[in-house]
Amino acid sequence: MTPSDLPIENSRVSLSDLFVQFLIIGAVSFGGGILAYERILLIEKRRWLTADEFMGYLAISQTMPGLNSVNLAVLAGDHLRGALGACIAVIALILPGSLFVLVIGIAYTTNTDHPLANHILTGVAAAACGLLAAITYRIGGEHWKHLKSLLIIIPTFMLMSIAKLNLPLVLLIMAPIAIYIYRPRAGS
Amino acid sequence: MTQLISLAACFGLLSLLAVGGGTAVLPEMQTLLAHQFGIDHLRFVHIYSIGQIAPGPNMLMVLVIGFQIAGLIGAGVVLLSFFLPSSILCFYAGRIWDRFGESPWRRSIQNALEPISIGLMASGVYSVAKASIVSPITLGLALLTLYLILRTKINPVFVILGSGALGFFLLKFL
Repeated sequence: MTPSDLPIENSRVSLSDLFVQFLIIGAVSFGGGILAYERILLIEKRRWLTADEFMGYLAISQTMPGLNSVNLAVLAGDHLRGALGACIAVIALILPGSLFVLVIGIAYTTNTDHPLANHILTGVAAAACGLLAAITYRIGGEHWKHLKSLLIIIPTFMLMSIAKLNLPLVLLIMAPIAIYIYRPRAGS
Repeated sequence: MTQLISLAACFGLLSLLAVGGGTAVLPEMQTLLAHQFGIDHLRFVHIYSIGQIAPGPNMLMVLVIGFQIAGLIGAGVVLLSFFLPSSILCFYAGRIWDRFGESPWRRSIQNALEPISIGLMASGVYSVAKASIVSPITLGLALLTLYLILRTKINPVFVILGSGALGFFLLKFL
């Protein structure tokens, strides 16, 4: 893409603003929903992307391996300021949470087997499990009701959790089957 | 040194396998860590749950695992090996995408990967549940959380912290 193809405003995005805006998202997105914060920043707050561009990048983020929110920061950063922009957006996004987990993680490591910490963590872990179940249910959405989807979801689960195959093997078995089921149809 | 290399290899592999987001690799991560680094399932689930309280992308807890295995250098190695490979891949995918635009196959692949990652997430729930639901009290707390997250708009962080406090009192005084 040549510079003349870019909207005027993109050339004005400063690296420091890019850093600060993603840093804010990384620091305030307690309890998930980070993609929603990114959407608000990119489309509404700064208008760095059109809604259409955002949906396109979101689709790539979800198709490619890696965390969706991080992938989206890579794509938006690259769109705005090239490779350097991608690096800056990702670093800013993960910096606050990284410091947070390290501080708590170091406290945990030095206090393992402390009865107080263990009682609290038992409750926290149970809730984290409930949260993960809720997120899985919600992300699954309509898929839970469609036979076509269930024909992929259930074998994937069985191969992974019951047959205990390793993940590369599960993907090697399930991906070709799933892609065949969802292959593009002529005329659709 | 060999430990750092195997740590980098382990998380680099997980990075590239994380289709549909980080939670899809939870069961694989749990297995790999137990086999290669002796992190038992309970400890893994504790670290995982700490990560759910943190802001930012939901898998930053991998840093704590790196820290447990090899200190701050371990955390750094895990950070790079878990985030760099997938980010580089996505970076080039984005550039190729800008050049080629919409193809019916991209839609197909995305549609196909969605139910696979849901199946993998279900496996993630199963493996976290096996380590975290160990008594009627923990089952109750997990179900209560599930209900609150699905039916109310309370921020998950408060639900998790509340469950920690409630769990503490129930386990200590019952």
